[in-house]
Amino acid sequence: MSKFRKDGKKGIPAISTASLPDIVFMLLFFFMVTTVMRETTLFVSVKTPKATEIKKLKKKSLVSYIYIGSPVKRLQASYGSAARIQLNDAFASVDEIQEFIATEREARDEKEIPYMTTSIKADETAKMGIITDVKQELRKANALKINYSTRKGTY
Amino acid sequence: MASSRRGLPEINAGSMADIAFLLLIFFLVTTTMDQDTGIARKLPPMPEEEMQEDDSQIHAKNIYIVLINTHNQLLVEGELMDVSQLKDGAKRFINNNGIDPNLSENPEKAIISLQNDRGTEYKTYIRVQNELAAAYTELRNDASLNKFGEKYAALDKSQQKEIKKIYPQKISEAEPKDIGGNE
Repeated sequence: MSKFRKDGKKGIPAISTASLPDIVFMLLFFFMVTTVMRETTLFVSVKTPKATEIKKLKKKSLVSYIYIGSPVKRLQASYGSAARIQLNDAFASVDEIQEFIATEREARDEKEIPYMTTSIKADETAKMGIITDVKQELRKANALKINYSTRKGTY
Repeated sequence: MASSRRGLPEINAGSMADIAFLLLIFFLVTTTMDQDTGIARKLPPMPEEEMQEDDSQIHAKNIYIVLINTHNQLLVEGELMDVSQLKDGAKRFINNNGIDPNLSENPEKAIISLQNDRGTEYKTYIRVQNELAAAYTELRNDASLNKFGEKYAALDKSQQKEIKKIYPQKISEAEPKDIGGNE
């Protein structure tokens, strides 16, 4: 019994925090590797529609995004509220899409071109007119793999 | 000289954790974990100029015509329909196998033709696409459960191919036209 009493007198030894940095670093590296920095600032507000039959978009490096929606609040004074197309960091017209696809292709390896996907991130209130125009341009540019960006959810 | 004998004093690593935490919090905040999801589709290539699409070979009963107007209403095979009924309607059409003379001969020949107005809302369009995709998914699931005892997604590539042969997903989109419904 005396053995235990001796322990009690000493009190609980402090837990060594020497390995704390290691643990934190481990977490840090995990987040550093998984982080995808937002490359573009959105000028259009996009709330994608809901759908159930969705597929995950793999290989993000091979995806080019086309945003369609009405300009964000602070830009509505100068650009109005009609739906617009955004490519990279600027508003664009429909004719610029072919050029955009061409530059996207140049940035990729030749072997990867057939696997390139164009993700259409359009607002659910957007009209099909503008989306049809975009689709026609994509057909002309021969970028046939597309993905309608949607959220998971039921009606 | 005394210092060289003692060697370099050790650097205090006590604040290392704080620095690491700082970085960690930064990455935690900037990380967007959301995976992009969506409905994958393949656009048809641009038709060659001299080549005119020959629709006459396709029997009218093998085409399931879905029209969406400016007011987001559906006209399916000439009748007004609610979106919620579209999936069952499409399934009935695809899986008809020649029973009803007005519907498809067999799933392989069945084509769904989708046409929308320029004024149609994107949301409705996606919903219709989704319902049609859901119809095919359910049919494929049924077929693969019957044949292999597993759901379509759980099958391997060659088995999926077999099922795909039974139920090829043929959704054709017509060139956009203005079909009725004034603003």
